[in-house]
Amino acid sequence: MTEQQLPGDPPEPATSAGPPLLEVTGISKSFFGVTVLADVDLDVRAGEVHAVLGENGAGKSTLMKVVAAAHQPDAGTIRLGGEEVTFSHPRDAQLKGVSIIYQEFNLLPDRTVAQNIFLGREPVRAGVVDSRRMEADTRRLLAALGASNIPPDRLVRELSVAQQQTVEISKALSYEARVLVMDEPTAALSPHETEALFERVRRLQEQGLGILYISHRLKEIFELAQRVTVLKDGRRVGTVEASAVTTRELVRMMVGRDLAHYYPPHASPDELGEVRLRVRGGGVPGLLHDIDLEVRAGEIVGVAGLAGSGRTELAQALFGVRPFGSGRVEVDGRAVDLRTPRAALRQRMGFVTEDRKAEGLVLPLAVRDNGLLALRALGRWLSGRLPGGPLRVTDLMKRVDLRAASLDQEVRYLSGGNQQKVVLAKWLATNASILIFDEPTRGIDVGAKAGIHELMRELARAGAAILMISSELPEVIGMSDRMLVMRGGTIAGRLPADPTEDRIMLLATGERDLGEAA
Amino acid sequence: MTTPANTLRRFAGTGRGLMADSGALVFVVLGLLVAGSWALVGPSFLSYENILSIVQRSVALGIVAAGQTIVILVGSLDLSVAYLVSVTAVIASAIMQGDPALMLPAVAVCLAIGVIVGLTNGLIITKLRVNAFIATLGVALILRGVLNASVDNFTGSVPIEFQALAYASLGPVPYSIMLLAGVFAAGWFLLRYTRLGHHIYAVGGDEETARLSGIRSHRIIITSHVIVSLTAVLTGLFIVSRLRAGAPWVGPDGAYDLESIAAVVVGGTALAGGRGGVLGTLAGVFILALLDNVFNQLQVNPFIKDIVRGVIIVGAVAIYALGSRRRDG
Repeated sequence: MTEQQLPGDPPEPATSAGPPLLEVTGISKSFFGVTVLADVDLDVRAGEVHAVLGENGAGKSTLMKVVAAAHQPDAGTIRLGGEEVTFSHPRDAQLKGVSIIYQEFNLLPDRTVAQNIFLGREPVRAGVVDSRRMEADTRRLLAALGASNIPPDRLVRELSVAQQQTVEISKALSYEARVLVMDEPTAALSPHETEALFERVRRLQEQGLGILYISHRLKEIFELAQRVTVLKDGRRVGTVEASAVTTRELVRMMVGRDLAHYYPPHASPDELGEVRLRVRGGGVPGLLHDIDLEVRAGEIVGVAGLAGSGRTELAQALFGVRPFGSGRVEVDGRAVDLRTPRAALRQRMGFVTEDRKAEGLVLPLAVRDNGLLALRALGRWLSGRLPGGPLRVTDLMKRVDLRAASLDQEVRYLSGGNQQKVVLAKWLATNASILIFDEPTRGIDVGAKAGIHELMRELARAGAAILMISSELPEVIGMSDRMLVMRGGTIAGRLPADPTEDRIMLLATGERDLGEAA
Repeated sequence: MTTPANTLRRFAGTGRGLMADSGALVFVVLGLLVAGSWALVGPSFLSYENILSIVQRSVALGIVAAGQTIVILVGSLDLSVAYLVSVTAVIASAIMQGDPALMLPAVAVCLAIGVIVGLTNGLIITKLRVNAFIATLGVALILRGVLNASVDNFTGSVPIEFQALAYASLGPVPYSIMLLAGVFAAGWFLLRYTRLGHHIYAVGGDEETARLSGIRSHRIIITSHVIVSLTAVLTGLFIVSRLRAGAPWVGPDGAYDLESIAAVVVGGTALAGGRGGVLGTLAGVFILALLDNVFNQLQVNPFIKDIVRGVIIVGAVAIYALGSRRRDG
């Protein structure tokens, strides 16, 4: 068929001289007259990890969707193995060996691993689905990824996020993928899982696949990729060898300027005020136990921990989503009963959730209505009037530096960074001064990320008490004035500002020596 | 401090934020249908009498459809309205027994029943976590059972004074049309200007986000169910004033459950909740009434009418869906 490598063939070394497996040239795409991609070139070679980098709205996702045929380009050509192709449908691309793994997986939670992998092309024997063969094939695919620990007959719902991702990768491989597009694959993974994923990616690379890898995390790109293409405003800024470029240069290519420093300075001791939030012996049956913590005015306390350590559960308990069943919570020295989010809201607490689309925003509503959501919740029922009048929303959005076309724009059309600013504005509207951030910059590009960090620090300087959960170690180290590390549903250790990643990982894993945890 | 320009901007702004884009489309459809009907039927179609007749036909369905809009916006729906209409008609006429002095107590009892039915629906859906479709279907069956066990024909009667609601007018405007206008004005005001209205959109758009933003989402859902039940009671009262006595079949005969849902979705409100508004529903109700009117005047086989209605309902929703998909693309 072609001269390209197929899985199972002897690995080809990842040299820059390899012929392009997939090559797109002159791709342009616009939606409603807005140009999203303009004359973009990109190619990926067999056995190469090619990272695609850019701020939100730079056109990365659109480009990947063009590659995977989820969008049709307005102009440009796609060559697969040197041959020009037109994909009419994502399935068409998949059958020809181009698969994409989206951030949100396309798996049916109530079907088994094998049923998901062979969805739509179940092997049939004597008129009935041959489950045994399906499971055997699934086992083989999983083993090839070093994931034999996932049982083919397990329901996808029962798997961890990392395992579900592995199932997605297996599914792509079952189509004999030659090019695999991965859209921010580590966004929801713990450091351990990320390391395991990298192993798998390298394995695929050795098998001769070409991998297009989208990420915001520069560190990952340097670890994995051979080449990096940077997009900005729908154009290609350049393609560089990862070994020949520095972080600083990449950031400059992405944002078009130097970012002076990544994180704002920590709070000085005289900036710290009274203890605003205190928990003693907090517990949620089966999830959390013996939680002791306090957060002072002016302070950002970071919470680190692996996935499943109880990080999010802690935030949910504090905000009354799944309230503490035992222990004592004090706000400003007074014992409070935070049984519902509303009770927490009344204590002037705010919660920027991990999943901003499902828990932070009402997607079909306008910026204005989302910004006022919590404020209205506190008001009387039959009065739509707001203290401060209509100008208040404008002020609010100015405070969070929101750049939306209009306050009447539906939030689902905003970028991730701008969406997060609307969530933040929602809490600022209620004058919340005890703020819980769960993964505040997940899926947000570098430029907007710095903006959110700057805002958080400004809020702390203005006297807010902030608890910040993050699975990104550089972020939690960069932002925290103090740090709590969680393990097994409780706080396993406390660290001062600027600890090393090793110390955090030791506490988070409970391992004595560094081993693989580093 | 509020300047007229500010008010205007806010007005327009809220409109765009809170009304689905498809809300405008339904008026285009209505306009086209009016033009088409005019061409088919002739100038008599646009006569004062004929328009009045169309609007008057819309009153019974319109009132309950306004309530149905609210409950659909909050992400629920109500299949028990048809039997609640019957219950109201029967109880109102049984209590009044032709005596004008009993009008107020009868109305009060009916409204109280509406509150109880609405609370029941809302509590089953929020506290017992039963899907709205099943919960309200169950309540509908219970109402039907109670009704059929107690009465099997016209019961009691309403006094002339109460019949004025359906038959009298103030100057050239019938009371019934004022009632319809009043209900829609109230619904429009509620959704656009009150916190409850904003909360209905928020809960219907994303219940979890609403809850995490401090909104008591259960309370909003229950309140919406009380509102839809109260509109069903109003429809029942209007019908009994028109029929002069209540019978158990008036609700199901009018198919107010499915018809009201049809009017809401034709009017551009998303069945999933969170987008739409009562004005679209009003247009949806008019579209359904207009079809009736045209087909009666042209004396077309009534089965064809059902086919056309079916096509319009499915077609309208398909067009909205295509429109929103393109925007998302």
